[in-house]
Amino acid sequence: MYALPAAPPPAPRRQLLVGTALACASGAMLYGGMLAVFLRFRHEALAITGGEWKPGESKVPEVATNIMLISFLGVFIFAQWAVHAARRGVRSHTAMALGLVALVGLAIVNSQAFVYGQMRLAIADGTYQTMFYALTGTFVALMIVGLVFTMVTAFRFLGGRIADREIVAAHAMYWYFLGAVYTALWFVVYVTK
Amino acid sequence: MTTIDPHAAGAGTSAATGERAGGLATSVAAWVTTTDHKKIGRLFIAVSLVAMLGVAAIGAVLGFERIDASSSTIDVGALPQLFSLFRVVLTFGVVAPLGLGLAIAIVPLQLGARALAFPRLASSGFWAWCIGLGLVVGSIIANGGPGGGNSDMVDLFLAGHVVLLVGLVAAAGSVATSVLTTRAPGMNMRRVPLFAWSALIGSLGLVLMLPVVVGTLVLVAVDHQYGRSTFGGNVGIGDWLGFAFTQPATFVYAVPVFGLVAETVATATRRRLTMRGAALIGIGLVGSAFLAGVSQVDAGLRQNILDATFAKALSDIVPFAILNLVPLLGALVVFAVVMLAVTRRPRVLSPFVFSFLGAGMVLTGMAGNVVFHVGDAQLRGTVFEEATWIYVCYGTVLAALGGVTYWGPKLWGRSIDDRKVLPLALLGFLATVLAALPYYVAGFAKQPAGVTEFDYSGPQDLWNTLSAIGHGLMAVTVLAFVGLAMRSFTRGADAGDDPWDGQTLEWATSSPAPANNFAEIHIVKSSAPLLDLKPASRSAAGPARGDA
Repeated sequence: MYALPAAPPPAPRRQLLVGTALACASGAMLYGGMLAVFLRFRHEALAITGGEWKPGESKVPEVATNIMLISFLGVFIFAQWAVHAARRGVRSHTAMALGLVALVGLAIVNSQAFVYGQMRLAIADGTYQTMFYALTGTFVALMIVGLVFTMVTAFRFLGGRIADREIVAAHAMYWYFLGAVYTALWFVVYVTK
Repeated sequence: MTTIDPHAAGAGTSAATGERAGGLATSVAAWVTTTDHKKIGRLFIAVSLVAMLGVAAIGAVLGFERIDASSSTIDVGALPQLFSLFRVVLTFGVVAPLGLGLAIAIVPLQLGARALAFPRLASSGFWAWCIGLGLVVGSIIANGGPGGGNSDMVDLFLAGHVVLLVGLVAAAGSVATSVLTTRAPGMNMRRVPLFAWSALIGSLGLVLMLPVVVGTLVLVAVDHQYGRSTFGGNVGIGDWLGFAFTQPATFVYAVPVFGLVAETVATATRRRLTMRGAALIGIGLVGSAFLAGVSQVDAGLRQNILDATFAKALSDIVPFAILNLVPLLGALVVFAVVMLAVTRRPRVLSPFVFSFLGAGMVLTGMAGNVVFHVGDAQLRGTVFEEATWIYVCYGTVLAALGGVTYWGPKLWGRSIDDRKVLPLALLGFLATVLAALPYYVAGFAKQPAGVTEFDYSGPQDLWNTLSAIGHGLMAVTVLAFVGLAMRSFTRGADAGDDPWDGQTLEWATSSPAPANNFAEIHIVKSSAPLLDLKPASRSAAGPARGDA
């Protein structure tokens, strides 16, 4: 053994933030890849074969999809409020902000269910339908992960671990990532169709 | 002495007490729920090596099946499944997890950290990978692989594959976060040990590339479950997922090999590695292969490219260079650094021989991949691609065996006899060459890939016989290595704390490394912190460039 000089315990290096950033990068690759395949099939359907892509009888409920996008602005504000309150050590505000994030998140999932009901697409009816459900289903799965993240963060805070501010910042980062994912989904699937 | 671990004795005592009290069940439960990175890494390595035994045997069977090209002894319907099993398990059941397992076990020790970042995530990743691998193998055996006829089993294959890949991504994320956040004080990124650096690059590649495969799998699975109109149903699976099993995407799984060879050559020479910065860059360039997996672009040069217009030629050459030549360039840079060190007459240590030969095989596969993508070579659809893949995969396995030999003392406290294990390195090298090289030749003779019945001019029996023997020898090599390792690590001689006269932090702690690795956090002042403490004659090269 060798007598290397000993050091004081190292300063925390934001492990949870780095881990969440990697998870977000991973999720971005997952969703980006899926959207790329969607775009490729759309391109082939429209430009090469000259066929129909989205079934004509199905209409995108644009009010609902736009409100979902706007709702993410609310999520960003509430998530950042939670970070701000956690830094100041205000437990009640942090809990309230996290609760609002969860509430709006649930509303977005509900809106997605509403969109499913309005569009009335059968998953087995064709390429567009299959890919539509795969893309939006994956988005809902990512949303559920976000809601679980919010619950874990809230329970830790309510349990008294108010010094653990990093998890609140990581939580906010994940919701920003979800906002970016939905923005891409909204533009590709609901706007340019 | 700074490495007395207060938990070591306690850990040993509690383990012993646990074994007495609960016996086997307690011991199994302790392994299942472990958060000790050394145990998680060992689990990855052990399962991968067991899978390797099966895969090499399948390779031998497929090789023998191709010797008599006019007939098949195996049911023709089962052959595509056997080819799928070979490719899927060797890539995601052996090569990717083997490097990852070594990284999980060793990287925290190299970084001077007490634990892996997110150890529960890594542990969950192992079990997800293990269960996913079981589902994938089971479904393929039940005729559910790509092109399989059992629809339910195809669904199970797709689901299992997702679980397997999610497990690998989780473990890779844990490794990458460890390198980014748990380094000892003073260890900036330029001082990170080369193996840890390669683990970071490889893990980032997996974290970015494998989710794209998962996304494709989700789309294919939904389509297969409901429509089967978009992705070609069971037949289309291979087309849509093939990019993850073919070159250059597979280079990402081999990145740790280059860190390993650079690190072992430095140990073998007992000197600092000159041009260490170039090695860091080279490893990074090899990691750029993840772009091929992410983009899924088949970046080849068209036939008669010299006759094409400048714009068309450029549209081929740029992606070809980025996706195929850049990783090769990175590997050549690392090899040049290693060869520079070899001129200093290194000691003939078995880990160095293993990793050197393994890296050479991977490099040969990378060079073959460049040739494969030149349109005028007309190698598409031939076994040439299989040869490049075998070179990359078997080369990685060979290097990983060197890694187990090198760090075995730190994980088990005992070492493998160098004289006994060294012949296995040469046998593994011979096995890899025999398994792959004949298919380079047969590829030029237009032997088609993935089939057992064909007819072309040339000694086709010879090439396929040699390849089958190569796979068989690889199975023998791995079997002999596992036997020798089990014997040595349980009953071998005590290795001592620094059996190789190493340079990095893992050799500063006791062997086997205790529960929390180090009693105290070390201050690092160069890329070879232990060499700083050894006699000056051993560090004659002085501080390496980029150490500051």
